[in-house]
Amino acid sequence: MTDATSQTRHIPDRLHSRLYATLRSWEALLLAVAVAIFIVNSFTSPYFLNAWNLSDATFNFTEKAMIAFAMALLIIAGEIDLSVASIIALASTAMGFAAQYGAGTPELVIIGLTVGLLCGAFNAFFVTVLGLPSIVVTIGTMSLFRGISFIILGDGAYRGYPADFAWFGQGYVFWVITVEMVLFVIIAVIYGVLLHKTNFGRAVYAIGNNPTGALFSGIRVQRVKFILFLLTGLMSGVAAICLTSRLGSTRPSIATGMELEVVTMVVLGGVNILGGSGSIPGVVIAAFVMGLVTFGLGLLNVPGIVMSIFIGLLLIGVIALPRLWTMIAARRAKP
Amino acid sequence: MTERAPPVVSMDAITKTFPGVKALDQVRLDLYAGQVTALVGENGAGKSTTVKILTGIYQPDGGTIRIDGAPIKFANANAAGAAGITAIHQETVLFDELSVAENIFIGHAPRTRLGLIDTAEMHRAAVRLLDSIGAPFDPRTRLRDLGIANKHLVAIARALSVDARVVIMDEPTAALSHKEIAELYELVETLKAQGKAILFISHKFDEIFHIADRYAVFRDGAFVGAGMIADIDEDALVKMMVGRTVDHIFPERQPNVAEDVLQVVGYAHPTEFADINFTLKRGEILGFYGLVGAGRSEFMQSLFGITKPSKGVCKINGQIKVIRSPADAVANGIVYVPEDRGKQGAVIGLPIFQNITLPSLGRTSRSGFLQLAEEFKLARDYAERLDLRAASLDQDVGNLSGGNQQKVVIAKWLATQPQVIILDEPTKGIDIGSKAAVHDFMAELAAQGLSVIMVSSEIPEVIGMSDRVIVMRDGRIEAELADDALTPETLVRHAAGITTPAQMEEA
Repeated sequence: MTDATSQTRHIPDRLHSRLYATLRSWEALLLAVAVAIFIVNSFTSPYFLNAWNLSDATFNFTEKAMIAFAMALLIIAGEIDLSVASIIALASTAMGFAAQYGAGTPELVIIGLTVGLLCGAFNAFFVTVLGLPSIVVTIGTMSLFRGISFIILGDGAYRGYPADFAWFGQGYVFWVITVEMVLFVIIAVIYGVLLHKTNFGRAVYAIGNNPTGALFSGIRVQRVKFILFLLTGLMSGVAAICLTSRLGSTRPSIATGMELEVVTMVVLGGVNILGGSGSIPGVVIAAFVMGLVTFGLGLLNVPGIVMSIFIGLLLIGVIALPRLWTMIAARRAKP
Repeated sequence: MTERAPPVVSMDAITKTFPGVKALDQVRLDLYAGQVTALVGENGAGKSTTVKILTGIYQPDGGTIRIDGAPIKFANANAAGAAGITAIHQETVLFDELSVAENIFIGHAPRTRLGLIDTAEMHRAAVRLLDSIGAPFDPRTRLRDLGIANKHLVAIARALSVDARVVIMDEPTAALSHKEIAELYELVETLKAQGKAILFISHKFDEIFHIADRYAVFRDGAFVGAGMIADIDEDALVKMMVGRTVDHIFPERQPNVAEDVLQVVGYAHPTEFADINFTLKRGEILGFYGLVGAGRSEFMQSLFGITKPSKGVCKINGQIKVIRSPADAVANGIVYVPEDRGKQGAVIGLPIFQNITLPSLGRTSRSGFLQLAEEFKLARDYAERLDLRAASLDQDVGNLSGGNQQKVVIAKWLATQPQVIILDEPTKGIDIGSKAAVHDFMAELAAQGLSVIMVSSEIPEVIGMSDRVIVMRDGRIEAELADDALTPETLVRHAAGITTPAQMEEA
């Protein structure tokens, strides 16, 4: 035998292949659920498998999903933004206000995005500079941002948007493919790459798993979090443009309660609500699952209240089942 | 005389083993009514384990505990409390939002016939207790409105509320001012007069000689000696405490000390440290020794950009650098391996390779985009150099043993190719084998021209590894020792602030 110390121990890169890891992932399970719902839906209603109906159904999730991608990063990093729906209200109000004075579509888009960014920066300041808990700050701004809309609009509504502004929420790029669908895909790809393929995304995971350890590893934790709040604000601005364009009007109650649907989508997509893990593909599939369930139930004339019961059960069920499964397996393993 | 009386508590041949470590080996300890026994020993001598066994938190593997001569076993902390043994810990858990009386009686509050808490009786009892220890405040006061010294009195009152015969005080003066310490001494006298047996744990020799009647010395988990304080002087006690046979061979080193790499001038912090000046040369291992709370870690963390110093400059290779964040420190070639591995060192939840490449992503990526192949290559390189024991590089770092987690943290920093590496208690809590590997590796790094700062409370490690040692006390540099001046005795003296024998003779 040669000198033992000269033989370095070889450590393999991976214990399992990437395929094995993918097949065992949350996303795979969720995809199976999505396919199952699709099949069930196509049997229960004759109107389901219709390209135009399906196209219409995507509006159930595209706007929420745009925010959900940014929210996923924020939640993975251990923070949350509950003010997103109120940012939509404020951004929409600002756009409606400008439209009354004859602002054109480009100006409206800039206004929507800017208000979103400013609201995000406002949240970010309190969380990252003053060090306050994000759940408290954004519950506060949730009331604040929508409250401003109520002061401006009261019982009224803004209408009279320019005709070409309708393109974002009502336009089609090709056949049944809506503008929102295309935006949804582009944004999903951007956030997927950002989270999974860049140094920034790695920092997000590191912060979510251990903010102190990330700081001690030379990561600028507060800067990363600041950017994440800006992104959530920006995506709320994008969603505000789409939603306002689709509805053609702004009321202060616009998008009420959407923040919880966005968080539901993120959690259903496998993002740990306590931070540290999750993926964009998971959120994409979760968006489809939620869209399919709402659409399928809608075709069966199930009222909205009952629909929210189904979404709630779906969330709890999908999260609890794997946990129950491991508990049962562990109990069986014992003699 | 009370000396003739048999001990209240007597521990005999107590042994306690933890996985890989023999924490206590056949130790004995006697505590007498109305007397203060000082338990003396270095960090790791087994003092805390002894306290935990006496208070029923740990069960010994062997040996007997006797109370009034009768053998007794404590199944849990409540059993020890019922036997009249109570401890005032360094950091007793108190509840800020509760009142003083509620804090004192939590878990054993007097009850009314309906089973509800008898608030009136609780307050009367609290007043009696507080009076007996000279604590001048209302038991209805909310705890968070009290200062640290008064909180300590509450902790003492709580310890005494169980009608204790034996009171254990674990470094009770660590966080107190001089005036508060004087008040604590009075309290100890009061407790003595009440006939309680007191076990007093302290690193401060002036305190021990002031307050204790007896002493007992432990070293490396073994009993060294015991006796009356009146029969011994500081010198002899220090020798008993540190005098050891070196059972661990440290690597041979050829200090090839060259130019200055790091210069620290006048570093100060409002509360933690002041007036820190030193230089670090290329290829040098500079030890930092001191008692817990001497400000070593706090200073190192400010050098690494975690906390901002209020004053002072840091020069690297002769150029002044402003370090505002760890990211700045890393960019300037200063890295820090923290003492608290789980929280500050490793990012548990991330795989090994991502932990190692976290601060080096700038080098392994291409314009901000990750390149996994490069990451695996870099991680493998350093993991294998450090002889990491792991199943695969994509394993969660949280599944590794403490020693291997430490290797990942060190690998993470070496991969950044730093100029200065600060190691804070690098071998604390890791097994002997990994310890030797870390020591060898430190020597190798220094030989390659890396400058090492090692913060350590283990005297053999400090002496065995360092070219020079800076001793800190109360946030200041007390001494700088090297060569012949670097002995266990000088280290302990400077750290504890004991005047040298020569100075004492002059006086």
